[in-house]
Amino acid sequence: MDNIVNITVIDRNGERQVLEAPTDMNMNLMEFFKSYEYDVEGTCGGMALCSTCQCYVKSEHELPEMSDDEEAMLDQAFNVEDDSRLGCQIPITEALDGLVVELAPAF
Amino acid sequence: MIQTDMLIIGAGPVGLFTVFEAGLLKLKCHLIDSLPMPGGQLAEIYPKKPIYDIPGYPSVLAGDLVDNLMEQIKPFQPGFTLGETATYIERLKDGNFVVTTNKGTEHKAPVLVIAGGLGVFEPRKPPIPNIIDFEDKGVEYIIKDPEFYRHKKVVIAGGGDSALDWTILLADIADEVSLVHRRKEFRGALDSVEKVISLHKKKKIQLITEAQVVGIRGDEHLSEVLIKHKTEGDIIKRADHFVPLFGLAPKLGPLANWGLEIEKNAIKVDTFDYQTNIEGIFAVGDINTYPGKLKLILCGFHEATLMCQTAYKIIHPNKKLSFKYTTVTGIDR
Repeated sequence: MDNIVNITVIDRNGERQVLEAPTDMNMNLMEFFKSYEYDVEGTCGGMALCSTCQCYVKSEHELPEMSDDEEAMLDQAFNVEDDSRLGCQIPITEALDGLVVELAPAF
Repeated sequence: MIQTDMLIIGAGPVGLFTVFEAGLLKLKCHLIDSLPMPGGQLAEIYPKKPIYDIPGYPSVLAGDLVDNLMEQIKPFQPGFTLGETATYIERLKDGNFVVTTNKGTEHKAPVLVIAGGLGVFEPRKPPIPNIIDFEDKGVEYIIKDPEFYRHKKVVIAGGGDSALDWTILLADIADEVSLVHRRKEFRGALDSVEKVISLHKKKKIQLITEAQVVGIRGDEHLSEVLIKHKTEGDIIKRADHFVPLFGLAPKLGPLANWGLEIEKNAIKVDTFDYQTNIEGIFAVGDINTYPGKLKLILCGFHEATLMCQTAYKIIHPNKKLSFKYTTVTGIDR
């Protein structure tokens, strides 16, 4: 379908789901998680200021580079791994088709 | 005891604007906030971010909006209890509420307005399972008095300004200071970063980067910190104190236990007047929920305006309330 990519989400219980995400709605990964009612708070609304949307990118996709804000927020987050990203900083684009992403533990 | 008409919990934008709308009805307000300054999220999380959806402002910095709101409510002379958390609530026989803070300050009012936003800002606690057991027994999330650490061994964790600043300050006071940080780079002010690196080179502190504190141990008091290094494996460090400095995050806090109806971390209200399930307690702004709720400052302003009408009737049951435009009457304090 047009303007739709498939993203695999692994939740905090290890369950996997392949879900459709729209590329034409100015959405980011955090909003995408929320739209499927995953338990992601997104407290700050997407300003890279709370780290509640932290996720691990499990596929080899090329993603937008991390901004200083995102790096700084991850410095204050927990359970941070090399593949950690803030979902709110990753816009949903064609390039994300086939992405596999795992939710970081809530704290 | 502080006495007022409307006691507002939360001095964020919506709490502040409530003072204005109450002021138009000649109701006095007092605000309590756990942060040391007014402004809530706008002051604590994003003072330098522009907001684009405040009517009449094509763009306004969050910090400037707070300053403007403070200016706007000045004529009504609200009182403030800042840096204290509203913790206990009691209802007197005459219907008044008494709210006591964590520091014991008492406030009395017939109407309570909860404008608590995301809740109370509390230090982020690392996910170390037994960390709670060592709170005040070697684990501190805030440094109050640096002298407390004289002749002690201290492990600080974090990579922001406060972690850097305290490392520098404690280098001269404590016996031993170690700073543990997730990556090699620091994001704090450049001269603080340079100072920390130079202290490390002079062996005045120990800098452990690409590492995280994953465990703490001790009998009565903390005695060891377990650090996991990315490449070098585990490091066990003797320590009298562990100070994790990972900023603040909001939690619903003590009001979760006040008997209010809560749904998904928000307080349920009736959209007629934004009253909660307890008569006389209102909730406005991000902390409330109702069908169709949007967490927007401008919606909070609207909620605050409407709630003041019912609040007035509670405070002055025998007085008639007439609706006036500010263009006609000014702010007529």
